[in-house]
Amino acid sequence: MNFHLVLFLAFGAVCVGGAINLLAQRHPINSALSLIAVMAALAGEYLLLGAEFVAAVQVIVYAGAIMVLFVFVIMLLNAGEEEHTNGSRVAILLGVPGMLTGSVLMAWVMLRHSGTESVPIGALPGHPKDIAQLLFHDFLLPFEVTSVLILIAIMGAVVLASQPESAAGKVD
Amino acid sequence: MVPSYVPLSYYLLLSGFLFACGVVGFLIKRNIITIFVSIELMLNGVNLSFVAFAAHWHALAGQVFVFFVMVVAAAEAAVGLAIIIAVYRTRETLNVDQVNLLKL
Amino acid sequence: MPVGIFILVSVIKSLIVLIVLLTAVAYTVWLERKVVGHMQNRWGPTRVGPFGLLQPAADGIKFLFKEDLTPPHVYKPLFLAAPMMALIFALTSISVIPFGNSITIGGLNIPLQITDVNIGLLMILGVTSMGVYGVALAGWSSNNKYSLLGGLRASAQMVSYEIALGLSLVGVLIQSGSFSLREIVDAQGGRFLGFIPRWNIFHGQFLGFFIYLMAAYAETNRIPFDLPEAETELVAGYHTEYSSMKFAMFFMAEYANMITVACVATLLFFGGWHGPLFGPHLLQALLPLFWFAAKIFCFLFLYIWVRGTLPRFRYDQLMAFGWKFLLPLAIANLVATAIAVAW
Repeated sequence: MNFHLVLFLAFGAVCVGGAINLLAQRHPINSALSLIAVMAALAGEYLLLGAEFVAAVQVIVYAGAIMVLFVFVIMLLNAGEEEHTNGSRVAILLGVPGMLTGSVLMAWVMLRHSGTESVPIGALPGHPKDIAQLLFHDFLLPFEVTSVLILIAIMGAVVLASQPESAAGKVD
Repeated sequence: MVPSYVPLSYYLLLSGFLFACGVVGFLIKRNIITIFVSIELMLNGVNLSFVAFAAHWHALAGQVFVFFVMVVAAAEAAVGLAIIIAVYRTRETLNVDQVNLLKL
Repeated sequence: MPVGIFILVSVIKSLIVLIVLLTAVAYTVWLERKVVGHMQNRWGPTRVGPFGLLQPAADGIKFLFKEDLTPPHVYKPLFLAAPMMALIFALTSISVIPFGNSITIGGLNIPLQITDVNIGLLMILGVTSMGVYGVALAGWSSNNKYSLLGGLRASAQMVSYEIALGLSLVGVLIQSGSFSLREIVDAQGGRFLGFIPRWNIFHGQFLGFFIYLMAAYAETNRIPFDLPEAETELVAGYHTEYSSMKFAMFFMAEYANMITVACVATLLFFGGWHGPLFGPHLLQALLPLFWFAAKIFCFLFLYIWVRGTLPRFRYDQLMAFGWKFLLPLAIANLVATAIAVAW
């Protein structure tokens, strides 16, 4: 039995189910939790592909930090169920058939042309040392640029979310 | 254990499906937080194809790219959620259809 | 080793670890009540069994038989899922923790660890960072202002202190050059000058340990950082609406997290199972396990001691302490360690 394929399908089923649930749910917290399930399952897929460090970072950074931020904001703003609007109905009528056709077309092309190319389990040991070599040596400049980017993002978030001096007195 | 294989195209299909779900969510959802969640789903779909290609071509650079995508996602989430909080403070709604005026 | 035996051994190891962990959780609660009692000039539990030793069993039976209330105004799916999430993530992180060297039974070499992954430390960090969802969702789904405040506090606090926690461990990682907990412990064998153990805490990581300890108190929501459940201001914080087994799950998760944190501190800073070995062959085999347990006991005692000593922080003090003191200190420790290693 192809053990790898079974695991791939199991994690993939969680991914697909989570993604569909994200679309079906009306409350933002349910959508956010579905995305967390998708991320956890994707971490499993990364492990299958031998990218264990990426899998760990996926759980720590994506599921454990970024999504906590989303859940925190949903809790803070006490977001309720979303309402339907005319615009969204038009989007469903036009968008869903379009996406379906596109997806089926893409699937057909990929299955047709990629043949029997396959990914063996653990083919590429994503050892933390090799990744560090790439990240801090070969990709040093992009790394530094992204660190500046995230610093700017932090400052922007602080400026945006902090209450303006004049408004703080007026509210409450 | 016997070496076992999964075709690359399966990973790419899953990645494409997740990306498509993200696009659909982005289009049909009206709650701005859910729209952000859909964007994250798209980024995740792209990440999967990066890692799958990294394994396929034996190039670790694909995995390194995932880190950059994550950093951009983190920056986007931080700034985006701050904007959402600022918008909610003035409009008291999260529905994107009701945020259609530049000035109150 | 064949797949069948591998699965059998794994299942047995998981069962043993689970039973030992849950027993340890129960007796940590007993220890806390006893020690805090003595610190406050009381006796603590004395009635059930000698020294109150059967108190955990009595508590467990009480939790099982209490009425399982679900208030009508809660958001039910998440209200039910939250305590399970908290407990599952708390118990999962124990799976990569090594308790000692490997033993050989009937020609099979069995490492004393459920699974040895080479990103063990990252996995613990990942699983514990997921643990925040249990607390946050419990607070949100209870639909109660005190619970919501507790949940909000918990998520902000745990995300903030996770950064300092992670950075405080990087110093150790630079020194040992591995994410595998087993390799980190192996690197700490031996002595300096013949008598000081070569543990990381004596190897330039004292500051790192201090930061880790502070951040760990905040991560496990313990006094002096127990703002999420501060009973004097928030009734009971995120678990106000919970009763019976659902409350017990939060309780067990909190203590299991304490034990995990103590395990990580022991492995990373205090040399894991290393300690003086002497005596006959059997004793030599058992001593590492004893040293490991003894070190963890010291940590748990420290936890309880701090609980009996310190008052609770105010929320702005908590945030200022994390962001303005611990985080810069952690970065300074990281830079200093990097320079020292590069030298």
